[in-house]
Amino acid sequence: MYRETAIVNESEVTGDLVINMGPQHPATHGVLHLVVHINGETIRKVEPHLGYIHRSIEKMSESLSYRQFIYVTSRMDYLSSHINNHACAMCVEKGLQVEVPPRAQYIRVIMDELTRIASHTLWWGAMAMDVGALTPFFLAFREREMINDIMEETCGARLTMNYMVPGGVMYDLHPLFQQRVKEFIKHFRSKIDEYDELVTGNIIFQNRMKGVGILTKEDAVSYGCSGPTARGSGVSCDIRKLYPYEVYDKVQFDEPLETAGDSFARYLVRLQELRQSMSILEQLIDDIPEGDIQAKTKAVLKLPKGEFYTRAETARGELGVYIVSEGGTTPYRIKYRSPGFSNLSALDHMARGGKIGDLVAMMGTLDLVIPDIDR
Amino acid sequence: MSLTNEYIKQRLSEKFGDQIPGYEEPAGMLTFEAPKEMNLKVLNFLYDETDLQFRFLTDICAVHYPGQTGRELAVVYHLHNLEKNVRIRFKVFTGIEQPDVYTATGLFSSANWMERETYDFFGVNFVGHPNLKRILNVDEMDYFPLRKEYPLEDQTRTDKDDDMFGR
Repeated sequence: MYRETAIVNESEVTGDLVINMGPQHPATHGVLHLVVHINGETIRKVEPHLGYIHRSIEKMSESLSYRQFIYVTSRMDYLSSHINNHACAMCVEKGLQVEVPPRAQYIRVIMDELTRIASHTLWWGAMAMDVGALTPFFLAFREREMINDIMEETCGARLTMNYMVPGGVMYDLHPLFQQRVKEFIKHFRSKIDEYDELVTGNIIFQNRMKGVGILTKEDAVSYGCSGPTARGSGVSCDIRKLYPYEVYDKVQFDEPLETAGDSFARYLVRLQELRQSMSILEQLIDDIPEGDIQAKTKAVLKLPKGEFYTRAETARGELGVYIVSEGGTTPYRIKYRSPGFSNLSALDHMARGGKIGDLVAMMGTLDLVIPDIDR
Repeated sequence: MSLTNEYIKQRLSEKFGDQIPGYEEPAGMLTFEAPKEMNLKVLNFLYDETDLQFRFLTDICAVHYPGQTGRELAVVYHLHNLEKNVRIRFKVFTGIEQPDVYTATGLFSSANWMERETYDFFGVNFVGHPNLKRILNVDEMDYFPLRKEYPLEDQTRTDKDDDMFGR
């Protein structure tokens, strides 16, 4: 752990200034500590210090049953908790070889896409706030609030939903769910154009974002980046396309790719993903089949001896769940491959040679959620 | 030519022969293990060959099996070929007395943090790693928490004076 108390120090070897950014810095959106070495205004090195909110979710999961551990994962990436739950539920289903009923599959995908919209919307507001525009933050929360209300009606919670269970979903949809989602899409369609007018086309914003934090395609692959971060560098890595799960193979959507690899490219990818998510929702919302919402499973789940790996596309990238089972009622070992961890490891490479004032613009487009990185 | 599990298996056994003792396919994913001295050779082979090209390192993690004397720790690599969309799992086993495994940081930049994390929780010593120190836990920690001999804290203990957290 870094023990220096002064905010600014001077390196005795190189003469660079060493600045502590965080752990309580408004632009890190959580407790992330960056030790930044600068020479003049040029960044020489960025050293992230993680683990301030490490809760050892992997160790805790080893003593929880296959029904219980899913709820802990809501606390990893709290902005896409549905998708975390989904990935874990899929992993358990893979071990049990349970087929999820079609209605539950539709509900899961719709919930995932709503979560993705909520997460990207919040990111959009926070990103704009990081580079100095305060209004978008309030606009983003207005739209996100509608999704939270929809979630609250059906799942009973606004943030840590815990709605996915092995074999399906916990409750059936609220009677007004479809109507609410349609209202939201209609509302959001007009608002997203407003987003573009307000921020995307803004020349000040573009000047802040273009040519900043460049990550080439090769580097993105080498650093294990995934999600919009990698797609901004032209790496096609959408798990929904590569390994379609649930009903993703039945819907039409594009995987937005940009080749510039800078912050603005990552920004554009996320805005396009919002539109794609809405299109997925529109395709599914009227066709939710009737039927069961849960497959029949035993009260106490036992996975056969073996290893199971599933992945899901969260709002930040590829979430992998790796369960090693010895045949008992609890996992022998469980490992979460969190997307933010790998994405953040590329920050040092992206930032070197850039200006200290641009660091926030680079970090913002990585869409870091610190509990997801620290686990 | 599609990159099937059979084909990967054939290419690996042509190159390494008996050094890779066995192949499994749990839930459809090709899984194999190699002696720990061979891990870089195998990873290099998978990375470089034009028809294999496993260049995306999804994850490195470790598993602790206290019962297997001499091979207590398994280091598991999940590799992904992004172009042909094939993934495989590769393991090396090491004893817990001297858990030395060669680092993969020369091939994958992402291995840097993933190996630090594996070291942090299991104490696997990645030989040649440029900066092998703890990443999520505090530096002063003198044990490796995800090993099986360290249980979770007893949730019912009362001897702890921790008013701030209600226990």
